[in-house]
Amino acid sequence: MDEKEIKILAIESSCDETAAAVVVNGRDVRSNVISTQIPLHTLYGGVVPEIASRKHTERINQVITEALKEADTTLDDLDAIAVTYGPGLVGALLVGVAEAKAIAFAKDLPLIGVHHIEGHISANYIENKDLKPPFLCLVVSGGHTHLVKVADYGVYEILGRTRDDAAGEAFDKVARAIGLGYPGGPKIEQKAKEGNPQAIAFPRPKMADDPYDFSFSGLKSAVLNYINGAKMKGESYNEADIAASFQKAVIDSLVDHAMRAIDEFGMDTFAIAGGVASNGTLRSAMEDACRKKGVKFYHPSPILCTDNAAMIGAAAYYEFLQGKRDGWDLNAVPNLKLGER
Amino acid sequence: MKILGLDSSGLVASVALVEDDTLVAEYTTNYKKTHSQTLLPMMDEIRKMLELDLTTIDAIAVAAGPGSFTGLRIGSATAKGLGLALDRPIVPVPTVDALAYQLWGTDCYVCPMMDARRNQVYTGIYRFADDGLETVLPQCAIGIDEAINAVNEKDHKVIFTGDGVPVFTEYIQQNCCVPYVFAPAHRNRQSAASVAVLGMQYYKEGRYVSAAEHAPEYLRVSQAERERMERENAERNSGTQN
Repeated sequence: MDEKEIKILAIESSCDETAAAVVVNGRDVRSNVISTQIPLHTLYGGVVPEIASRKHTERINQVITEALKEADTTLDDLDAIAVTYGPGLVGALLVGVAEAKAIAFAKDLPLIGVHHIEGHISANYIENKDLKPPFLCLVVSGGHTHLVKVADYGVYEILGRTRDDAAGEAFDKVARAIGLGYPGGPKIEQKAKEGNPQAIAFPRPKMADDPYDFSFSGLKSAVLNYINGAKMKGESYNEADIAASFQKAVIDSLVDHAMRAIDEFGMDTFAIAGGVASNGTLRSAMEDACRKKGVKFYHPSPILCTDNAAMIGAAAYYEFLQGKRDGWDLNAVPNLKLGER
Repeated sequence: MKILGLDSSGLVASVALVEDDTLVAEYTTNYKKTHSQTLLPMMDEIRKMLELDLTTIDAIAVAAGPGSFTGLRIGSATAKGLGLALDRPIVPVPTVDALAYQLWGTDCYVCPMMDARRNQVYTGIYRFADDGLETVLPQCAIGIDEAINAVNEKDHKVIFTGDGVPVFTEYIQQNCCVPYVFAPAHRNRQSAASVAVLGMQYYKEGRYVSAAEHAPEYLRVSQAERERMERENAERNSGTQN
Protein backbone atom coordinates (compact mmCIF):
# COMPACT_ATOMS: atom_id res chain seq x y z
CA MET A 1 0.00 0.00 0.00
CA ASP A 2 1.30 3.40 -0.92
CA GLU A 3 0.68 5.76 1.97
CA LYS A 4 1.57 9.42 2.21
CA GLU A 5 4.67 10.17 4.22
CA ILE A 6 3.85 11.91 7.50
CA LYS A 7 6.88 13.76 8.86
CA ILE A 8 6.71 15.00 12.45
CA LEU A 9 9.10 17.17 14.48
CA ALA A 10 8.84 16.09 18.11
CA ILE A 11 10.05 17.97 21.19
CA GLU A 12 10.57 16.59 24.70
CA SER A 13 11.58 18.56 27.80
CA SER A 14 9.71 16.93 30.69
CA CYS A 15 12.68 16.35 32.97
CA ASP A 16 16.43 16.74 32.51
CA GLU A 17 16.93 16.00 28.81
CA THR A 18 16.28 18.59 26.10
CA ALA A 19 15.39 16.54 23.03
CA ALA A 20 14.11 16.91 19.48
CA ALA A 21 13.60 14.36 16.72
CA VAL A 22 12.23 14.01 13.22
CA VAL A 23 10.16 10.85 12.72
CA VAL A 24 8.47 9.67 9.52
CA ASN A 25 5.33 7.54 9.74
CA GLY A 26 5.90 6.85 13.42
CA ARG A 27 8.65 4.29 12.98
CA ASP A 28 11.32 5.77 10.77
CA VAL A 29 13.58 7.97 12.93
CA ARG A 30 15.44 10.49 10.78
CA SER A 31 17.13 12.18 13.75
CA ASN A 32 17.09 11.88 17.52
CA VAL A 33 19.01 14.62 19.31
CA ILE A 34 19.31 14.57 23.10
CA SER A 35 21.07 17.22 25.16
CA THR A 36 21.42 15.84 28.66
CA GLN A 37 21.75 17.91 31.82
CA ILE A 38 22.76 15.01 34.05
CA PRO A 39 26.28 16.33 34.89
CA LEU A 40 24.71 19.60 36.05
CA HIS A 41 22.24 17.94 38.39
CA THR A 42 24.82 15.50 39.76
CA LEU A 43 26.10 18.39 41.92
CA TYR A 44 22.76 18.36 43.76
CA GLY A 45 22.21 14.59 43.93
CA GLY A 46 19.09 14.80 41.78
CA VAL A 47 17.20 16.92 39.28
CA VAL A 48 16.67 20.55 40.36
CA PRO A 49 13.49 21.70 38.54
CA GLU A 50 14.44 25.40 38.25
CA ILE A 51 17.90 24.61 36.87
CA ALA A 52 16.39 22.08 34.45
CA SER A 53 13.89 24.66 33.17
CA ARG A 54 16.62 27.26 32.65
CA LYS A 55 18.84 24.86 30.75
CA HIS A 56 15.96 23.75 28.50
CA THR A 57 15.40 27.40 27.54
CA GLU A 58 19.08 27.88 26.71
CA ARG A 59 19.46 24.69 24.68
CA ILE A 60 16.13 24.10 22.94
CA ASN A 61 16.68 26.01 19.69
CA GLN A 62 20.09 24.41 19.07
CA VAL A 63 18.65 20.96 19.72
CA ILE A 64 15.75 21.50 17.30
CA THR A 65 18.02 22.97 14.62
CA GLU A 66 20.37 20.01 14.95
CA ALA A 67 17.48 17.54 14.68
CA LEU A 68 16.23 19.20 11.48
CA LYS A 69 19.73 19.30 10.02
CA GLU A 70 20.50 15.67 10.84
CA ALA A 71 17.22 14.65 9.24
CA ASP A 72 18.17 16.74 6.21
CA THR A 73 14.84 18.55 6.39
CA THR A 74 13.32 21.96 7.14
CA LEU A 75 10.24 23.17 8.97
CA ASP A 76 8.58 23.63 5.57
CA ASP A 77 8.67 19.87 4.91
CA LEU A 78 6.85 18.91 8.11
CA ASP A 79 3.28 17.69 8.59
CA ALA A 80 2.98 18.38 12.32
CA ILE A 81 4.76 19.46 15.50
CA ALA A 82 4.49 17.17 18.53
CA VAL A 83 5.42 17.94 22.12
CA THR A 84 5.35 16.24 25.50
CA TYR A 85 2.81 18.12 27.65
CA GLY A 86 2.83 15.82 30.71
CA PRO A 87 3.49 14.24 33.06
CA GLY A 88 6.75 15.75 34.28
CA LEU A 89 8.22 18.87 35.89
CA VAL A 90 5.83 21.70 35.09
CA GLY A 91 8.50 24.37 34.50
CA ALA A 92 10.48 22.04 32.27
CA LEU A 93 7.42 20.92 30.29
CA LEU A 94 6.34 24.53 29.72
CA VAL A 95 9.54 25.35 27.81
CA GLY A 96 8.94 22.62 25.23
CA VAL A 97 5.22 23.36 25.05
CA ALA A 98 5.70 27.13 24.48
CA GLU A 99 8.43 26.50 21.91
CA ALA A 100 6.44 23.86 20.01
CA LYS A 101 3.30 25.98 19.98
CA ALA A 102 5.18 29.03 18.64
CA ILE A 103 6.79 26.99 15.84
CA ALA A 104 3.49 25.37 14.86
CA PHE A 105 1.77 28.77 15.02
CA ALA A 106 4.38 30.51 12.86
CA LYS A 107 4.45 27.67 10.31
CA ASP A 108 0.71 27.01 10.36
CA LEU A 109 1.25 23.36 11.28
CA PRO A 110 -0.97 21.04 13.33
CA LEU A 111 0.07 20.74 16.98
CA ILE A 112 -0.10 17.44 18.85
CA GLY A 113 0.38 17.20 22.62
CA VAL A 114 1.77 13.81 23.62
CA HIS A 115 1.69 11.93 26.92
CA HIS A 116 5.24 11.17 28.08
CA ILE A 117 4.46 7.57 29.07
CA GLU A 118 2.68 6.98 25.78
CA GLY A 119 5.97 8.09 24.24
CA HIS A 120 7.95 5.54 26.25
CA ILE A 121 5.57 2.76 25.23
CA SER A 122 5.74 3.85 21.57
CA ALA A 123 9.56 3.75 21.65
CA ASN A 124 9.08 0.01 21.08
CA TYR A 125 7.51 0.62 17.66
CA ILE A 126 10.65 2.24 16.30
CA GLU A 127 12.97 -0.78 16.16
CA ASN A 128 10.29 -3.45 16.06
CA LYS A 129 8.42 -2.88 12.83
CA ASP A 130 6.26 -5.98 13.48
CA LEU A 131 5.04 -4.86 16.92
CA LYS A 132 1.36 -3.91 16.95
CA PRO A 133 -1.23 -3.66 19.71
CA PRO A 134 -2.57 -5.45 21.62
CA PHE A 135 0.36 -6.08 23.95
CA LEU A 136 1.30 -5.71 27.59
CA CYS A 137 3.88 -3.05 28.48
CA LEU A 138 5.83 -2.39 31.65
CA VAL A 139 7.01 1.23 31.88
CA VAL A 140 9.79 1.67 34.43
CA SER A 141 11.70 4.91 34.89
CA GLY A 142 12.86 7.42 37.49
CA GLY A 143 9.39 8.90 37.72
CA HIS A 144 7.06 6.09 36.67
CA THR A 145 6.25 2.43 37.21
CA HIS A 146 3.20 1.38 35.21
CA LEU A 147 1.93 -1.96 34.00
CA VAL A 148 -0.20 -1.11 30.97
CA LYS A 149 -2.35 -3.09 28.59
CA VAL A 150 -2.04 -1.44 25.17
CA ALA A 151 -5.40 -2.40 23.65
CA ASP A 152 -4.87 -0.36 20.46
CA TYR A 153 -2.86 2.66 19.31
CA GLY A 154 -3.64 5.37 21.86
CA VAL A 155 -5.91 3.07 23.90
CA TYR A 156 -4.46 2.14 27.28
CA GLU A 157 -5.65 0.25 30.31
CA ILE A 158 -3.49 0.74 33.38
CA LEU A 159 -3.38 -2.56 35.29
CA GLY A 160 -0.98 -1.48 38.02
CA ARG A 161 1.17 1.38 39.16
CA THR A 162 3.50 2.15 42.02
CA ARG A 163 1.92 3.19 45.30
CA ASP A 164 4.99 5.15 46.39
CA ASP A 165 8.47 5.34 44.83
CA ALA A 166 9.02 4.64 41.15
CA ALA A 167 11.47 1.79 40.49
CA GLY A 168 14.11 4.20 39.14
CA GLU A 169 13.64 6.45 42.15
CA ALA A 170 14.43 3.50 44.45
CA PHE A 171 17.60 2.87 42.42
CA ASP A 172 18.61 6.52 42.89
CA LYS A 173 17.96 6.48 46.64
CA VAL A 174 19.80 3.22 47.27
CA ALA A 175 22.72 4.39 45.09
CA ARG A 176 22.98 7.51 47.21
CA ALA A 177 22.88 5.46 50.44
CA ILE A 178 25.81 3.27 49.38
CA GLY A 179 27.74 6.23 48.04
CA LEU A 180 27.46 5.53 44.30
CA GLY A 181 25.93 8.89 43.38
CA TYR A 182 23.46 10.02 40.72
CA PRO A 183 22.01 8.70 38.45
CA GLY A 184 21.54 5.51 40.43
CA GLY A 185 20.31 3.06 37.78
CA PRO A 186 23.47 2.49 35.74
CA LYS A 187 25.68 2.78 38.84
CA ILE A 188 23.77 0.09 40.77
CA GLU A 189 23.74 -2.19 37.74
CA GLN A 190 27.51 -1.83 37.37
CA LYS A 191 28.20 -2.40 41.06
CA ALA A 192 25.81 -5.37 41.18
CA LYS A 193 27.98 -7.25 38.68
CA GLU A 194 30.62 -7.66 41.40
CA GLY A 195 28.11 -8.80 44.05
CA ASN A 196 25.99 -11.80 45.02
CA PRO A 197 22.26 -11.26 44.39
CA GLN A 198 21.41 -13.99 46.96
CA ALA A 199 23.58 -12.47 49.72
CA ILE A 200 20.86 -10.47 51.48
CA ALA A 201 17.18 -11.39 51.59
CA PHE A 202 15.45 -8.07 50.94
CA PRO A 203 11.62 -8.14 50.86
CA ARG A 204 9.54 -8.48 47.65
CA PRO A 205 6.57 -6.26 48.49
CA LYS A 206 3.09 -7.30 47.36
CA MET A 207 -0.13 -5.30 47.56
CA ALA A 208 -2.83 -7.49 49.06
CA ASP A 209 -5.72 -5.45 47.62
CA ASP A 210 -4.35 -4.98 44.11
CA PRO A 211 -2.22 -7.73 42.60
CA TYR A 212 -0.69 -5.46 39.93
CA ASP A 213 0.30 -2.43 41.98
CA PHE A 214 3.93 -1.97 42.98
CA SER A 215 5.61 -0.61 46.10
CA PHE A 216 9.30 0.12 46.38
CA SER A 217 9.60 2.35 49.41
CA GLY A 218 9.48 -0.63 51.82
CA LEU A 219 12.31 -2.27 49.92
CA LYS A 220 14.29 0.96 49.90
CA SER A 221 13.78 1.29 53.70
CA ALA A 222 14.90 -2.32 54.19
CA VAL A 223 18.16 -1.51 52.37
CA LEU A 224 18.69 1.67 54.42
CA ASN A 225 17.93 -0.23 57.67
CA TYR A 226 20.39 -2.93 56.70
CA ILE A 227 23.12 -0.32 56.16
CA ASN A 228 22.32 1.59 59.36
CA GLY A 229 22.18 -1.68 61.34
CA ALA A 230 25.63 -2.65 60.11
CA LYS A 231 27.00 0.81 60.87
CA MET A 232 25.59 0.77 64.41
CA LYS A 233 27.14 -2.61 65.12
CA GLY A 234 30.40 -1.31 63.69
CA GLU A 235 30.25 -4.04 61.03
CA SER A 236 31.40 -3.54 57.49
CA TYR A 237 28.98 -4.25 54.65
CA ASN A 238 29.55 -5.26 51.07
CA GLU A 239 28.24 -2.57 48.73
CA ALA A 240 28.29 -4.86 45.73
CA ASP A 241 26.19 -7.48 47.56
CA ILE A 242 23.71 -4.79 48.61
CA ALA A 243 23.48 -3.50 45.03
CA ALA A 244 23.04 -6.99 43.59
CA SER A 245 20.51 -8.13 46.19
CA PHE A 246 18.49 -4.90 45.96
CA GLN A 247 18.45 -5.04 42.15
CA LYS A 248 17.36 -8.68 42.29
CA ALA A 249 14.47 -7.79 44.61
CA VAL A 250 13.26 -5.04 42.25
CA ILE A 251 13.56 -7.26 39.18
CA ASP A 252 11.80 -10.19 40.88
CA SER A 253 8.90 -7.91 41.74
CA LEU A 254 8.68 -6.50 38.19
CA VAL A 255 8.94 -9.92 36.52
CA ASP A 256 6.42 -11.48 38.88
CA HIS A 257 3.81 -8.76 38.24
CA ALA A 258 4.32 -8.85 34.48
CA MET A 259 4.08 -12.63 34.18
CA ARG A 260 0.93 -12.84 36.28
CA ALA A 261 -0.70 -10.18 34.08
CA ILE A 262 0.36 -12.05 30.93
CA ASP A 263 -1.33 -15.18 32.29
CA GLU A 264 -4.50 -13.51 33.51
CA PHE A 265 -5.08 -11.41 30.39
CA GLY A 266 -3.85 -14.06 27.96
CA MET A 267 -1.33 -11.75 26.30
CA ASP A 268 1.13 -13.20 23.80
CA THR A 269 3.30 -10.08 23.44
CA PHE A 270 5.15 -8.14 26.11
CA ALA A 271 7.34 -5.03 25.98
CA ILE A 272 9.30 -2.95 28.47
CA ALA A 273 9.99 0.78 28.26
CA GLY A 274 11.42 3.71 30.22
CA GLY A 275 14.87 4.49 31.59
CA VAL A 276 15.08 1.39 33.81
CA ALA A 277 14.33 -0.78 30.75
CA SER A 278 17.92 -0.18 29.68
CA ASN A 279 19.04 -2.24 32.70
CA GLY A 280 20.59 -5.34 31.10
CA THR A 281 19.88 -7.60 34.08
CA LEU A 282 16.18 -6.66 33.98
CA ARG A 283 16.05 -7.22 30.23
CA SER A 284 17.54 -10.71 30.40
CA ALA A 285 15.31 -11.68 33.34
CA MET A 286 12.22 -10.59 31.35
CA GLU A 287 13.50 -12.29 28.23
CA ASP A 288 13.98 -15.60 30.09
CA ALA A 289 10.57 -15.40 31.75
CA CYS A 290 8.87 -14.63 28.41
CA ARG A 291 10.71 -17.42 26.59
CA LYS A 292 9.45 -19.94 29.18
CA LYS A 293 5.88 -18.85 28.45
CA GLY A 294 6.33 -18.61 24.69
CA VAL A 295 5.55 -14.89 24.83
CA LYS A 296 7.18 -12.50 22.33
CA PHE A 297 9.38 -10.01 24.15
CA TYR A 298 10.31 -6.51 22.95
CA HIS A 299 12.49 -3.79 24.36
CA PRO A 300 13.93 -0.56 22.93
CA SER A 301 17.68 0.09 22.65
CA PRO A 302 19.08 2.04 25.60
CA ILE A 303 19.07 5.32 23.63
CA LEU A 304 15.30 4.95 23.13
CA CYS A 305 14.72 3.94 26.77
CA THR A 306 16.04 7.21 28.13
CA ASP A 307 13.90 10.34 27.70
CA ASN A 308 14.03 11.21 24.00
CA ALA A 309 11.90 12.89 21.37
CA ALA A 310 11.86 10.07 18.78
CA MET A 311 9.44 8.18 21.01
CA ILE A 312 7.22 11.28 21.19
CA GLY A 313 7.25 11.44 17.39
CA ALA A 314 6.29 7.75 17.24
CA ALA A 315 3.34 8.24 19.58
CA ALA A 316 2.32 11.47 17.84
CA TYR A 317 2.03 9.73 14.46
CA TYR A 318 -0.77 7.46 15.69
CA GLU A 319 -2.46 10.43 17.38
CA PHE A 320 -2.14 12.32 14.09
CA LEU A 321 -3.82 9.48 12.17
CA GLN A 322 -6.67 9.49 14.69
CA GLY A 323 -7.14 13.22 14.10
CA LYS A 324 -5.90 14.54 17.43
CA ARG A 325 -5.06 18.25 17.19
CA ASP A 326 -4.33 20.65 20.03
CA GLY A 327 -5.08 24.37 20.26
CA TRP A 328 -2.81 27.33 20.96
CA ASP A 329 -3.94 27.15 24.59
CA LEU A 330 -2.26 23.75 25.11
CA ASN A 331 -0.86 23.78 28.64
CA ALA A 332 1.65 21.65 30.51
CA VAL A 333 -0.10 19.10 32.77
CA PRO A 334 2.46 17.88 35.34
CA ASN A 335 0.29 15.02 36.65
CA LEU A 336 -1.39 14.02 33.39
CA LYS A 337 -2.92 10.53 33.53
CA LEU A 338 -2.37 8.02 30.76
CA GLY A 339 -5.34 7.84 28.40
CA GLU A 340 -6.64 11.27 29.48
CA ARG A 341 -7.23 14.02 26.98
CA MET B 1 9.71 48.13 10.28
CA LYS B 2 7.47 45.73 12.22
CA ILE B 3 8.24 44.60 15.74
CA LEU B 4 6.18 42.00 17.61
CA GLY B 5 6.30 42.59 21.37
CA LEU B 6 5.62 40.07 24.16
CA ASP B 7 5.47 40.44 27.92
CA SER B 8 4.62 37.60 30.28
CA SER B 9 6.98 38.55 33.09
CA GLY B 10 4.25 39.07 35.69
CA LEU B 11 0.53 38.35 36.04
CA VAL B 12 -0.18 40.37 32.90
CA ALA B 13 -0.03 38.70 29.51
CA SER B 14 0.51 41.18 26.71
CA VAL B 15 1.12 41.00 22.95
CA ALA B 16 1.57 43.98 20.62
CA LEU B 17 2.52 44.82 17.06
CA VAL B 18 4.26 48.12 16.33
CA GLU B 19 4.91 49.28 12.77
CA ASP B 20 7.32 52.25 12.57
CA ASP B 21 5.67 54.94 14.71
CA THR B 22 2.26 53.27 14.89
CA LEU B 23 0.89 50.84 17.46
CA VAL B 24 -1.12 48.53 15.19
CA ALA B 25 -2.44 46.18 17.87
CA GLU B 26 -2.10 45.52 21.56
CA TYR B 27 -3.85 42.81 23.55
CA THR B 28 -3.32 42.81 27.30
CA THR B 29 -5.00 40.68 29.95
CA ASN B 30 -4.55 40.51 33.69
CA TYR B 31 -6.39 37.33 34.55
CA LYS B 32 -5.78 34.16 36.56
CA LYS B 33 -5.24 31.90 33.51
CA THR B 34 -1.63 30.80 32.91
CA HIS B 35 0.41 32.49 30.19
CA SER B 36 0.57 29.12 28.49
CA GLN B 37 -3.20 29.39 27.98
CA THR B 38 -3.35 33.08 27.09
CA LEU B 39 -0.26 34.35 25.26
CA LEU B 40 -0.48 32.44 21.99
CA PRO B 41 -4.30 32.55 21.68
CA MET B 42 -4.02 36.34 22.09
CA MET B 43 -1.35 36.49 19.41
CA ASP B 44 -3.56 34.37 17.15
CA GLU B 45 -6.41 36.83 17.70
CA ILE B 46 -4.16 39.70 16.61
CA ARG B 47 -2.96 37.74 13.59
CA LYS B 48 -6.52 37.05 12.48
CA MET B 49 -7.78 40.56 13.17
CA LEU B 50 -4.94 42.20 11.26
CA GLU B 51 -4.76 39.47 8.58
CA LEU B 52 -1.12 39.55 9.55
CA ASP B 53 1.51 37.71 7.55
CA LEU B 54 4.02 36.77 10.28
CA THR B 55 6.89 36.72 7.79
CA THR B 56 6.63 40.52 7.48
CA ILE B 57 7.81 40.93 11.09
CA ASP B 58 11.41 42.17 11.39
CA ALA B 59 12.15 41.12 14.96
CA ILE B 60 10.53 39.81 18.13
CA ALA B 61 10.95 41.94 21.25
CA VAL B 62 10.40 40.17 24.55
CA ALA B 63 10.36 41.31 28.16
CA ALA B 64 13.47 39.36 29.03
CA GLY B 65 13.49 39.65 32.79
CA PRO B 66 13.41 40.05 35.63
CA GLY B 67 10.03 38.60 36.59
CA SER B 68 8.30 35.34 37.42
CA PHE B 69 10.75 32.62 36.36
CA THR B 70 8.06 30.54 34.70
CA GLY B 71 6.41 33.57 33.10
CA LEU B 72 9.72 34.71 31.64
CA ARG B 73 10.37 31.27 30.20
CA ILE B 74 6.96 31.07 28.54
CA GLY B 75 7.63 34.46 26.91
CA SER B 76 11.19 33.58 25.93
CA ALA B 77 10.38 30.09 24.62
CA THR B 78 7.50 31.56 22.61
CA ALA B 79 9.82 34.23 21.19
CA LYS B 80 12.51 31.63 20.49
CA GLY B 81 10.05 29.35 18.68
CA LEU B 82 8.80 32.26 16.57
CA GLY B 83 12.36 33.40 15.91
CA LEU B 84 13.41 29.90 14.86
CA ALA B 85 10.41 29.38 12.59
CA LEU B 86 10.50 32.85 11.02
CA ASP B 87 14.29 33.19 11.05
CA ARG B 88 14.12 36.50 12.89
CA PRO B 89 16.25 37.85 15.75
CA ILE B 90 15.09 38.50 19.30
CA VAL B 91 15.41 41.86 21.02
CA PRO B 92 15.63 41.23 24.77
CA VAL B 93 14.10 44.22 26.55
CA PRO B 94 14.78 44.57 30.28
CA THR B 95 11.38 44.22 31.99
CA VAL B 96 11.90 47.16 34.35
CA ASP B 97 13.04 49.44 31.49
CA ALA B 98 9.82 48.67 29.60
CA LEU B 99 7.71 49.43 32.68
CA ALA B 100 9.44 52.80 33.06
CA TYR B 101 9.14 53.60 29.35
CA GLN B 102 5.34 53.72 29.63
CA LEU B 103 5.70 57.04 31.46
CA TRP B 104 7.61 58.57 28.56
CA GLY B 105 8.16 62.33 28.75
CA THR B 106 7.53 62.85 32.45
CA ASP B 107 9.70 65.33 34.37
CA CYS B 108 9.58 63.01 37.36
CA TYR B 109 11.93 60.13 38.06
CA VAL B 110 10.28 56.77 37.45
CA CYS B 111 10.70 53.87 39.86
CA PRO B 112 9.05 50.63 38.68
CA MET B 113 8.69 47.96 41.35
CA MET B 114 7.89 44.32 40.79
CA ASP B 115 7.21 42.11 43.78
CA ALA B 116 10.20 39.75 44.03
CA ARG B 117 9.06 38.01 47.26
CA ARG B 118 11.27 37.70 50.35
CA ASN B 119 10.67 41.44 50.94
CA GLN B 120 12.54 42.31 47.78
CA VAL B 121 11.62 44.15 44.61
CA TYR B 122 12.87 44.08 41.05
CA THR B 123 13.37 47.77 40.55
CA GLY B 124 15.40 50.54 38.92
CA ILE B 125 15.32 54.34 38.63
CA TYR B 126 14.83 56.18 35.35
CA ARG B 127 14.28 59.65 33.94
CA PHE B 128 13.55 61.07 30.50
CA ALA B 129 16.22 63.20 28.83
CA ASP B 130 16.18 64.76 25.36
CA ASP B 131 17.17 61.51 23.70
CA GLY B 132 14.73 59.31 25.58
CA LEU B 133 14.92 56.93 28.52
CA GLU B 134 17.92 57.41 30.76
CA THR B 135 18.84 54.80 33.33
CA VAL B 136 19.75 56.25 36.73
CA LEU B 137 19.79 52.94 38.63
CA PRO B 138 19.86 49.86 36.34
CA GLN B 139 17.32 47.14 37.05
CA CYS B 140 18.22 44.99 40.05
CA ALA B 141 16.78 42.79 42.81
CA ILE B 142 17.10 44.60 46.15
CA GLY B 143 15.28 44.97 49.45
CA ILE B 144 12.37 47.43 49.57
CA ASP B 145 14.36 49.45 52.15
CA GLU B 146 17.32 49.80 49.76
CA ALA B 147 15.00 50.75 46.92
CA ILE B 148 13.34 53.54 48.89
CA ASN B 149 16.73 54.78 50.17
CA ALA B 150 17.89 55.04 46.56
CA VAL B 151 14.77 57.03 45.62
CA ASN B 152 15.19 59.34 48.64
CA GLU B 153 18.82 60.05 47.68
CA LYS B 154 17.69 61.44 44.32
CA ASP B 155 15.78 64.22 46.09
CA HIS B 156 13.38 64.57 43.16
CA LYS B 157 9.68 63.83 42.60
CA VAL B 158 9.09 60.19 41.62
CA ILE B 159 6.37 58.06 40.02
CA PHE B 160 6.07 54.53 41.37
CA THR B 161 4.64 51.88 39.05
CA GLY B 162 4.38 48.10 38.80
CA ASP B 163 2.81 45.19 40.72
CA GLY B 164 5.14 45.82 43.68
CA VAL B 165 3.32 49.07 44.48
CA PRO B 166 0.19 47.52 46.06
CA VAL B 167 2.42 45.10 48.00
CA PHE B 168 4.60 47.87 49.48
CA THR B 169 2.19 50.88 49.55
CA GLU B 170 2.37 51.18 53.31
CA TYR B 171 6.16 50.97 53.37
CA ILE B 172 6.40 53.65 50.66
CA GLN B 173 3.97 55.92 52.52
CA GLN B 174 5.96 55.60 55.73
CA ASN B 175 9.47 55.84 54.31
CA CYS B 176 9.50 57.80 51.07
CA CYS B 177 10.79 61.34 51.82
CA VAL B 178 10.48 62.80 48.31
CA PRO B 179 7.18 63.80 46.65
CA TYR B 180 5.68 60.79 44.89
CA VAL B 181 2.64 59.57 42.96
CA PHE B 182 1.46 56.13 41.90
CA ALA B 183 0.95 55.51 38.18
CA PRO B 184 -2.72 55.03 37.12
CA ALA B 185 -4.30 51.76 35.98
CA HIS B 186 -3.55 52.15 32.27
CA ARG B 187 0.16 52.68 32.96
CA ASN B 188 1.00 50.63 36.06
CA ARG B 189 1.50 47.11 34.68
CA GLN B 190 3.49 45.45 31.91
CA SER B 191 2.61 46.44 28.35
CA ALA B 192 3.88 44.70 25.22
CA ALA B 193 3.49 47.97 23.29
CA SER B 194 6.15 49.52 25.51
CA VAL B 195 8.34 46.44 24.99
CA ALA B 196 7.87 46.65 21.22
CA VAL B 197 8.58 50.40 20.94
CA LEU B 198 11.67 50.16 23.13
CA GLY B 199 12.56 46.97 21.26
CA MET B 200 12.44 48.78 17.92
CA GLN B 201 14.87 51.37 19.28
CA TYR B 202 17.24 48.68 20.57
CA TYR B 203 16.93 46.77 17.28
CA LYS B 204 18.04 49.85 15.34
CA GLU B 205 20.97 50.19 17.74
CA GLY B 206 21.96 46.60 16.99
CA ARG B 207 21.03 45.34 20.46
CA TYR B 208 19.52 42.01 19.38
CA VAL B 209 20.53 38.34 19.49
CA SER B 210 19.71 35.23 17.50
CA ALA B 211 16.71 33.22 18.67
CA ALA B 212 19.06 30.38 19.62
CA GLU B 213 21.22 32.61 21.84
CA HIS B 214 18.40 34.27 23.73
CA ALA B 215 17.68 33.33 27.36
CA PRO B 216 15.94 35.35 30.08
CA GLU B 217 17.86 37.50 32.56
CA TYR B 218 16.47 36.31 35.90
CA LEU B 219 18.64 38.56 38.11
CA ARG B 220 18.61 35.70 40.60
CA VAL B 221 20.12 32.24 40.73
CA SER B 222 17.86 29.31 41.61
CA GLN B 223 17.24 28.47 45.24
CA ALA B 224 19.27 25.27 44.94
CA GLU B 225 22.27 27.16 43.57
CA ARG B 226 21.96 29.85 46.23
CA GLU B 227 21.90 27.24 49.00
CA ARG B 228 24.84 25.39 47.51
CA MET B 229 26.90 28.59 47.31
CA GLU B 230 25.98 29.47 50.92
CA ARG B 231 26.98 25.98 52.03
CA GLU B 232 30.27 26.16 50.16
CA ASN B 233 31.02 29.60 51.58
CA ALA B 234 30.27 28.38 55.11
CA GLU B 235 32.56 25.39 54.58
CA ARG B 236 35.29 27.63 53.22
CA ASN B 237 35.01 30.01 56.19
CA SER B 238 35.05 27.23 58.77
CA GLY B 239 38.06 25.82 56.89
CA THR B 240 40.06 29.02 57.26
CA GLN B 241 39.32 29.19 61.00
CA ASN B 242 40.67 25.71 61.65
